[in-house]
Amino acid sequence: MLWRALLSRLGISLVTLWVVSVLIFIGTNLLPGDVAQIILGQMATPESTAALRAKLGLDKPPYLQYVVWLQNVAMGDLGISKAGLGAGLGTPIVEILEPRIFNTLRLTGLVTVIVIPISLFLGLIAAMHPGTRLDRAVTFSTLSLISVPDFLVATMLVLIFAVFLGWFPAIVYLRGDETGWVLIKTLAMPILTLVIVASSQIIRMTRATVLNVMSSPYIEMAILKGVPRKRIILRHALFNAVGPIVNVIALNLAWLVGGVVVVEQIFSYPGLAKLMVEGVLMRDLPLVQACAMIFCVTYIVLIFIADMATILSNPRLRHPK
Amino acid sequence: MSILLEVDHLKISARKDDDNLTPIVKGVSFNVARGEVIALIGESGSGKTTIALAALGYTKPGLEFTGGQVRLEGEDVITMASDQLRALRGQRVAYLAQSAAATFNPALTIGEQVTESCVLHGILNQEQANERAEFLYRALELPDPDRLGKRYPHQVSGGQLQRLMAATALCGKPDLLVLDEPTTALDVTTQIEVLKAFKSVIKQEGSAAIYVTHDLSVVAQIADHIVVLYAGEVQEHGSAEQVVSHPGHDYTRRLMHAVRPPPGAGQGEETSSEHHREAPALEVKDIVAGYGKTQNGIPSITVLRDVNVSIERGHTVGVIGESGCGKSTLARVMAGLLPAAQGKVLLDGETLKPALQRRSRGELQKVQFVFQMADTALNPRQRIDHILGRPLEFYLGLKGKEKRRRIGELLQMVELPQEFAGRYPEELSGGQKQRVNLARALAASPEVLLCDEVISALDSIVGANVIELLKRLRKQTGVSFVFISHDLSTVASFADEIVVLYAGRVVEKGATDAVLSPPYHPYTRLLISSVPELRVGWLEETMQTQEAQAGIDRVVTLTDTGCPFFDRCPLAIKDTCDRETAPARQLGAGHTIECHRSEAEFVH
Repeated sequence: MLWRALLSRLGISLVTLWVVSVLIFIGTNLLPGDVAQIILGQMATPESTAALRAKLGLDKPPYLQYVVWLQNVAMGDLGISKAGLGAGLGTPIVEILEPRIFNTLRLTGLVTVIVIPISLFLGLIAAMHPGTRLDRAVTFSTLSLISVPDFLVATMLVLIFAVFLGWFPAIVYLRGDETGWVLIKTLAMPILTLVIVASSQIIRMTRATVLNVMSSPYIEMAILKGVPRKRIILRHALFNAVGPIVNVIALNLAWLVGGVVVVEQIFSYPGLAKLMVEGVLMRDLPLVQACAMIFCVTYIVLIFIADMATILSNPRLRHPK
Repeated sequence: MSILLEVDHLKISARKDDDNLTPIVKGVSFNVARGEVIALIGESGSGKTTIALAALGYTKPGLEFTGGQVRLEGEDVITMASDQLRALRGQRVAYLAQSAAATFNPALTIGEQVTESCVLHGILNQEQANERAEFLYRALELPDPDRLGKRYPHQVSGGQLQRLMAATALCGKPDLLVLDEPTTALDVTTQIEVLKAFKSVIKQEGSAAIYVTHDLSVVAQIADHIVVLYAGEVQEHGSAEQVVSHPGHDYTRRLMHAVRPPPGAGQGEETSSEHHREAPALEVKDIVAGYGKTQNGIPSITVLRDVNVSIERGHTVGVIGESGCGKSTLARVMAGLLPAAQGKVLLDGETLKPALQRRSRGELQKVQFVFQMADTALNPRQRIDHILGRPLEFYLGLKGKEKRRRIGELLQMVELPQEFAGRYPEELSGGQKQRVNLARALAASPEVLLCDEVISALDSIVGANVIELLKRLRKQTGVSFVFISHDLSTVASFADEIVVLYAGRVVEKGATDAVLSPPYHPYTRLLISSVPELRVGWLEETMQTQEAQAGIDRVVTLTDTGCPFFDRCPLAIKDTCDRETAPARQLGAGHTIECHRSEAEFVH
């Protein structure tokens, strides 16, 4: 039963990935204009455009272009960047992506390490003392922060920490060899922004789920068995609240990888989301497709992990009758 | 005997949203001596659970102590600090809840939950606690005691969970057990086993107990003293023998009156034939039904197999059997909520479409469903006149004045005052809601009413009144009833015919008097003998019988071959019953028993 659930999830994930690849391909092909025109710019004559198109394989029918692209992607070849993006025409996309992926993962990793313990702690504390001043403070501040758009949070933080206090730089300038404290200091502003935005959701979900579990009869039973409050929360309630919490964490991590366009833009942080925006501006279709596929794979992998955690935390599925 | 617990002028109130206090328990006093079982009885709202929980110094959210004391060995638990209370709970006073299925944490193993309390309290270390738990599993006659602790709650049956809860409570050797309706949610066959286990373990361990229930017959089996409660006040207090045999208070007598005699022949009313017609009102033929994917006409989880039932006009067919035997599924097939995989449903001799969606409005009108839980069946946002008016518009096209007049009639039929039309369901009591639920079904002017456990959620007195109402309606309207219940006594007094279901098969059917008198199918006999009688000492006598020892609290298995009752049957013939489908024996006048044994062998 467990293996079947796992395999069916895996199957669904692969199908989703394929459907998304088709959608991405169709979507990017719907954008007006093509790379040949952009590269040639003012020198575009019908003949030279046609010649460049033939060289780039753009004269072939779309479905054939899709098949070729999918084949290459499956073999790890994301294609040649058609507009270059500073690295010159004809740079392999993988080379453009590599430093960006590294940057994104570094930021995401740092944020995750901070967000998860803080959110679980605050969510649990709020759930343990519902209605108290502490709970109301947590609920109020998370709700306000969720309602504020991330660029406003970022701007306010810049105003406070970079402009008034002057503690951290307002934009991220990475030379590439920063480590330790220097790195943290350089990245402080985006990290702080992302921690605030991502943790609010996780805190709220943790609090709501745990509170919901706390009203079930088996928790009352645990109280009547004389189980201490801390153990009731950590052993009796948390186990039954794992599913929703893991899911909201997974969604937030996926957002950190691909959805932080605005935040990266504000701090001009060279991450993946910013790269995709640049690709769209340059009409560099292969690059946009590659970024979109990476985001999609991230989502699917994280959701898959969350699903697995949900299934594994349910003894009915782990130990069928 | 020394006094263990003194409840002294205890007062508990509910705090409403507007901060007003409504008294729930109004100055209750009684004592519990060591080794003694005290029963708190009363209907819902009498405050019995609230009083019992006070022994643990606990009130449900929204309630608070407003006076009096609860002294455990002289110490008041109401004023105790929270860590003192924590030390007391589970160690000196242990609690057993009504629904073990809900009070076991689904994510933790049984062993951890059973031993948790006494390990936390430092009475035993984990190893000793495991040994103690295993000893208790054996004492409570639970299966596979060596490995039971490693299993999860969903892997054992409801009756076993209920006994496991007793193991949880007893693990720390408490001085006082608080049992809150521990057998109410169980089938009669399971209830008797659980009762027996509780009783013997309480005796062995020498603990005192507070036993909360609304069922007098159960109380008579287990209690030394009885406290009768009504609306938060003590009505009567005395020894079990005295309260059961010579009730002193009027309310106690009313409670006694609502207890039905054990099911037997001759309790029903004369079958009326004035509404008789040629074709039965409703008939199901060779029904196979279940859930999951259907392949070759067999669903992957088959619940009903080859079921034939016919309901004559104006008659009532009672359907009985343990939970999981397919009673509700049968009603759902009749109503079209669950299309059968094979077989036919006939209304007035005409074949009905299996699925509800494809039946005509006229056909829908003639078969109406009354659900068990009026609370969930009535839309809380609709007023009663809206709830009753909808079927009047939909089926009968009534509008305006005509509709209002009919709503008035319906309320009168179910004995509710006219002004209830303007109320919302939440303003009504449980019994009143069930009456509205019934009126809603009657509004369609149906020919067949499918009643699924309609009085199971009601107190005995309220339930008895609803049954009287049903009897009157049957006479007035000539409606046919399918009456599903696990309560045999009620069925005995109300049904003209009885269908006994076991594992989705009809094992016996016939006129009520024929089914409830010998010769019995062995399963029918087990069911009947498991209904508690209102007298002290019944439990001990019953447990001696052959049926009880062979058949109680086994898991029902759905088998493709042979008789499904085989492994619980005291009369089973090896190599025959488990291999061959039992023949249907005709015992005259529509009375059939499906069994390999012959008629002569049934009588004993």
